[in-house]
Amino acid sequence: MSFVKGYLIPRLIQYFLVIFVGITAVFIIPRFAPADPILQTIGALQSRGAYLDPGSMDEMIQDLTELYGLEGSMLDQYGKFWLRLFKGDFGVSFLQFPTPVSKLIRAALPWTIALLVTTTIIGFGVGILLGGVAGYYNRKGWSRALDTTAMLIRPFPYYIFAFGLLILFGYVFQWFPIAGGTTIGRQPSWTWAYISDVLKHAFLPALSLILLGWAAWFQTMKLVVQNVNSSDYVQYAKMGGIKENKIVSRYVIRNGMLPQITALALVIGQIFGGALITEIVFSYPGLGTLLFNAIVNGDYNLIMGITVFSIVAITTAILIIDLLYPFLDPRIRYN
Amino acid sequence: MQLFKDLWQDYRFKWSFTILCGLMIFASLSFFSPYDPTLWHEVPRDLPPSAEYYLGTESRGIDIFWMSTFAVRNSVIVALIAGIVSRLITVPVALIAGYKGGSTDRVLMFISDSFLVIPLFLILVMLTLLVRDKMNLITLGILLALFGWAWDARVIRSEVLTLRERGFTYTAILSGTGTFRMAMNEYMPFITPLVFATLINVMSWAIGLEITLSILGLTNLDIPTLGTMIFWALSYQAVLLGYWWWIATPVVLSIFLFVSLYWLSVSISEYLDPRSRIQRVGA
Repeated sequence: MSFVKGYLIPRLIQYFLVIFVGITAVFIIPRFAPADPILQTIGALQSRGAYLDPGSMDEMIQDLTELYGLEGSMLDQYGKFWLRLFKGDFGVSFLQFPTPVSKLIRAALPWTIALLVTTTIIGFGVGILLGGVAGYYNRKGWSRALDTTAMLIRPFPYYIFAFGLLILFGYVFQWFPIAGGTTIGRQPSWTWAYISDVLKHAFLPALSLILLGWAAWFQTMKLVVQNVNSSDYVQYAKMGGIKENKIVSRYVIRNGMLPQITALALVIGQIFGGALITEIVFSYPGLGTLLFNAIVNGDYNLIMGITVFSIVAITTAILIIDLLYPFLDPRIRYN
Repeated sequence: MQLFKDLWQDYRFKWSFTILCGLMIFASLSFFSPYDPTLWHEVPRDLPPSAEYYLGTESRGIDIFWMSTFAVRNSVIVALIAGIVSRLITVPVALIAGYKGGSTDRVLMFISDSFLVIPLFLILVMLTLLVRDKMNLITLGILLALFGWAWDARVIRSEVLTLRERGFTYTAILSGTGTFRMAMNEYMPFITPLVFATLINVMSWAIGLEITLSILGLTNLDIPTLGTMIFWALSYQAVLLGYWWWIATPVVLSIFLFVSLYWLSVSISEYLDPRSRIQRVGA
């Protein structure tokens, strides 16, 4: 019962508050921006060569005002905005008129989720394992070599790193395809040919996310483990003659890993942003590329839809990690 | 001076400091540039590096060497503005949250947590898409600052929390020191190094974000920065046409900038934290 009262309820309140604040921000930003999103959309249409006579221009402004939910007082608009969101209605896209934004997001989502989940798990796992072992044997040469590698990779921003991999393995060596999620025109099926095609296209984006993710987890884990090393129970286990690999796996890594899970919850928003950027570099058919096309074409509705969707998805993911945490850490469970 | 000598022992500090000094000299060369970086067709187009054009020229007829001196300068200016302005938010928030505690602390940390949790990149995209035409180096820097304070506020706050438990805090309170004087005179000296280390980190973050936003075409593309240089190279298909000098220059320069800023920050914060310093020496 104390778990529900002391942990679950405050956490749920925070969850709804963050979503509320985030979505309110999405509502407010275009309304306080100096540029009028409607005139911007019309400008974008005209710059692509669409001719509008004054009559249809007025009609268009009317339509767009309605579509963006810009009618009535601010409070009216705000209420309607929420009402529409609850129905899962993000309006229609201008880029692919009149496809609903929610449909476009749904089509792109599996790609992003598959890429994001796999790379986060692999990057986190590899970083924690290597960091744990390297932290335990921190005097060894290979441990220092790994440390230097991580020091070199860590400061790279997602775009530059992904771009470097693309140039190196896509253009120079030409080992991997440079764009897309599959070869153009290939029909989805459960054959090896299709699956290997998908994997081949996913390899470079995944590699770039894993390498960047790995470095960060490795470094923090190594630091934590170095402190665990000198703790009494590890010293005692050593003197008690427990095998070293058992000490590393059961004592050191397990204890060092727990704070990392909290850290994972905190940075998952950044990882998500990074995945979007990586997708843009490799023209991977997920949310990132959808976002890029929306930006290039000034499709404001689509950008808003992606943002609202991401806020809800990421805060939910963090909530799930936080709620699972007590099951992983006995100290919190028994308190 | 002694501090500098101690830091110089660390190979990372040595390298990063040297590279950063080199980049600063490179950036200050922009004041002696023979060309205006915003003018096109000043030099022949698409020439590879040569004795006359050290880093070649690009398809818009701009000399890449002189262009990149401006780019480094402007990127660092954006980063400095973002870093300094965000410190103006971070430090008061951290001091107040850490020192006051209680519900003030909870509210401030809730705000900073929200900033951490929400996908800020998307919010920034929404914002910059609407204001990009009116953007200059200063507004971009301030915009990035508004988004780059939350994590460091947490870091500095936890330092303030430990300071609050120290003896001198009680002595100061009992002798009637007010909150403001307490923060400025007693706590500032302790957190200044941490503020500096986080400043370097946030600068690196700002340069990276500026590059990302520029490549998406979301900043003012007429101002030469590392990001806009990459944007123009990509939009003129420099990669496909094999103008490697055009795309490689901003990429290599930014890599140097990122790695050296990061190493500088790591070596300073390791120096400040004696525990990791001892581990490094191997005691």
